[in-house]
Amino acid sequence: MGMSAAAQFHVLAVDDSLIDRMLIERLLKTSSFHVTTVDSAIKALQYLGMVEDKLKSYETPEIHQDAEVNVNLIITDYCMPEMTGHDLLRKIKESNSLKDIPVVIMSSENVPSRINRCLEDGAEEFFLKPVQQSDVNKLKPHLLKSRSKEEEETQPSNNNKRRTRIKCTI
Amino acid sequence: MREKEKERKEEISKMDVVTQMQRQLIQYTSSLFQEGFLDDQFNQLQQLQDESNPEFVVEIVTLFFEDAERLLNELSKSLQVEQESIDFRKVDAQVHQLKGSSSSIGAQRVQRVCIAFRNFCEQQNVEGCLKSLQEIKQEYSLVKTKLETLFKMEKQLFAARGSISR
Repeated sequence: MGMSAAAQFHVLAVDDSLIDRMLIERLLKTSSFHVTTVDSAIKALQYLGMVEDKLKSYETPEIHQDAEVNVNLIITDYCMPEMTGHDLLRKIKESNSLKDIPVVIMSSENVPSRINRCLEDGAEEFFLKPVQQSDVNKLKPHLLKSRSKEEEETQPSNNNKRRTRIKCTI
Repeated sequence: MREKEKERKEEISKMDVVTQMQRQLIQYTSSLFQEGFLDDQFNQLQQLQDESNPEFVVEIVTLFFEDAERLLNELSKSLQVEQESIDFRKVDAQVHQLKGSSSSIGAQRVQRVCIAFRNFCEQQNVEGCLKSLQEIKQEYSLVKTKLETLFKMEKQLFAARGSISR
């Protein structure tokens, strides 16, 4: 273990069901993730810095984005009123600032066409509900991949030692 | 000398009581799984409980009770209207929610009736829906009683353990 606060991954969980929010939060925290939960896709977009402007545009200029909000993964329910998890996935992938954040979809319904569409549109994983520890265990590789990609992009010199160290401490 | 002996005997009988209570709790829990009231998801919930979240199972099940009661009320209202004006999509959406929450806590029998109920909604079968609603109310009432009993037994066992001096 020995994970410092800075290295801890921050997951944004989106679900309109209070029970499922409680469950996913507990599952994620058991895996040492820092968790924020919201009950709708619109609130998720607001949290991510994409604020609705008179229902016309969903993206504010980069300078308005809260630099403190740093989300490493988004896990969202599929069936939600007003905006579905799939709509949320598309909005995130259309955003320059958010498209690299891995998105995972959860659903209580096993509909192959739905699953395929989500994966094709950029979801990393699709979990059938009820979500279990074994599902949550699949998240870390996606997060590590994102983090090491991020590190690579900000360090133009290919520093292999640094990359290896990150993998070992998590 | 006699005092110490008396104390020792009391401690032993307290431990016997605790052992007996533990056995009863295990048997009761087992029966709930065997009879299909609970499924493996309930085990998953118990595994998520620890010293940092010692009341997790009770808390999430309590939320389920509140949620289920609200939904059952809404379903009753949705189906009490004139048969021709039943909004099956609304009924289905409500059953979908109940199916989801019962599945999340492992209330297997409630979840199963929800699945049947949704089929009736799809067929716009009023009689089937009314029958399902009755069934869900029954199954919900049963699982609620059983879980409340389970929690009570756990609480009593915890208290009995705590009263044994070290």
